[in-house]
Amino acid sequence: MSLRKTLRTPGSLAILLVLCLLVTVFAISGGEYQMSPGQVLKTLFGQGEGIENMVIWQWRMPRAVAALLFGAALGLSGAVFQSLTRNPLGSPDIIGFSTGAYTGALITLTVLGGGFVATSLGALVGGLLTALLVYLLAWRNGTAGFRLILVGIGISSVLASFNHFMVLRAELDVAMAAAVWGAGTLNGLTWQSVIPAGILVLLVSIALLASSSRLQMLQLGDDLCRALGMRVERTKLLFVVLAVLLVAAVTSLAGPIAFVALVAPQIARRLAGGNKLQLIPTALVGALLLASSDLLAQRLFAPVQLPVGVVTVVFGGVYLIYLLNRRTVRA
Amino acid sequence: MGPGRQLALLGALAVILVLLVLASLAVGSRSLPLDAVIHALADPEPTVERSIVIESRLPRALLAVLAALGLGISGVLAQSLTRNPLAEPGILGVNAGASLAIVISVGFLGVQGFNGYVFFAFLGALLTTAVVYLVGMPRPGSSDPVRLVLSGVAIGAVLTGVGTALSLVKPQAFDQLRAWTIGSLQGRDSSIIATLAGCLVIGVVLASLCARSLDTLALGEDSARSLGTHVGRTRILVLLAITILAGASTAAVGAIGFIGLMAPHAARRLAGAHTGWIIAFTALLAPMLLLCADMLGRILLPGELQAGVVAAFLGAPLLIMIARGRKAVAL
Repeated sequence: MSLRKTLRTPGSLAILLVLCLLVTVFAISGGEYQMSPGQVLKTLFGQGEGIENMVIWQWRMPRAVAALLFGAALGLSGAVFQSLTRNPLGSPDIIGFSTGAYTGALITLTVLGGGFVATSLGALVGGLLTALLVYLLAWRNGTAGFRLILVGIGISSVLASFNHFMVLRAELDVAMAAAVWGAGTLNGLTWQSVIPAGILVLLVSIALLASSSRLQMLQLGDDLCRALGMRVERTKLLFVVLAVLLVAAVTSLAGPIAFVALVAPQIARRLAGGNKLQLIPTALVGALLLASSDLLAQRLFAPVQLPVGVVTVVFGGVYLIYLLNRRTVRA
Repeated sequence: MGPGRQLALLGALAVILVLLVLASLAVGSRSLPLDAVIHALADPEPTVERSIVIESRLPRALLAVLAALGLGISGVLAQSLTRNPLAEPGILGVNAGASLAIVISVGFLGVQGFNGYVFFAFLGALLTTAVVYLVGMPRPGSSDPVRLVLSGVAIGAVLTGVGTALSLVKPQAFDQLRAWTIGSLQGRDSSIIATLAGCLVIGVVLASLCARSLDTLALGEDSARSLGTHVGRTRILVLLAITILAGASTAAVGAIGFIGLMAPHAARRLAGAHTGWIIAFTALLAPMLLLCADMLGRILLPGELQAGVVAAFLGAPLLIMIARGRKAVAL
């Protein structure tokens, strides 16, 4: 039976889940201090020794958990934006959050010379202000998807070229450090930052799943939804806020990790078949994508650590190409 | 709007464009009065003014007009081919292909300086679009432009990821790439202008041959066939035109993709629905935008504010105004 057919039954989402877990166990077993999967499992179930506990729970676990949660969060936010704008290119990027966050981070990195907390804060402020600006400028008796896209592109292009300008003016080493952040990286995450972000991601995802029927309905078009008694603008705003919260939690800590939001919903839809919104598969695909990308980012050129965003784009891109081609062959 | 009014409007825009070119010959670190510019152009006697105007400012103005023309028209074609308002020339992987080629040629082949890598950039752009088309080629009997867009996004992402990763390993390639990405008209050889002009002639001829077929194609593939349009042939020719126009312009001035996105939207508002008219209006509006951007950059921060940055700051408010206007046309 093909993977595609198997995935149509809800229970087989387990396959994606198991893959996520496998990748995670593999990720936390390797690195400078090598462990066998058995040792890892033992440590996970509380039977580990001192150093192993330290390596697993304090060093590697925050990063692995962040990869799963952040991947799911990005996938979900992409699904929301793609259905709100009814455009396969829709992603949180269209509302300018990522570009604005990079602007905020660049200013703190190159002008103020801030550390991790300052950069996160700068990114958060930059991203939120940008998203707010785009939403307000796109507002005119409601927010048509098309208008939102155009305004988002406008604001993003201004910020993007401002970002290029900042990168060009900075010293080469500062510019390269900024470029690593700008590509998105999970390097150096600790529980201190992952736990609050993770809780936010979980709460928002639950809210999103609980209201998924309304998101599904919005795909029928604004007029039909109004006729069915939905308060369209209020509902849309709710979903935009939820999706932005997800992106904000991820981006402020890990930088604008590209492509997961864009490609996870597309992959999930093609795996699950049909045109229905696939929130749970999307979240799992996102998690798997980010977790496996981070594994590669750590190991591929070790000891050089690539920013994970560089791998997500390659990985996601290659998989999307494969899916596109497989459809050609089948037809 | 009748064709008479459109012709009058085109004429007015053409006059403004000529005035802008003259102004851009006058403006710079040493400003010249307009009559001195005209005198320098008309009088072959070698003076300082003449050498400034003919040797440094005229090529630069010419480059701005040509590159913007290429970017603008390829934007029109990309938007109508994919029927996606988000489409800009970069969507077919042009920027990503050119960037990767620059990173490889500078980082690994030891090529130095803009005039060294410009042909690699062009080659990279051409190869990438070819691959994008092969992967995203519409299946027989289906007119799914989404496939082409996704293919461009996917391949662009892969190349960007590889390019970024490689540039983070090779600082000198990163340094060149950040200067190219921003988009600038400074220090380009005149041989580049001649090559660009040659490419544009081919591209514009192809574009005007396809304009009518694109209009019928907008009605849907079946209607287009019954009206006698060769759907497959049109697609390939349009794609070839986009590749040549966008590839040559992007290689020459950098990734100023925003002009190819922005100018067609403005042109569509003035020209109505016919692709031929939109191309004609874009051919005037896009150069106006880039010339203004270049002049402003030279006045505000001589030698430091790149045309690509100013173009985004100029174009974005315009794009947002159009998006908010009542007449914003969805594709």
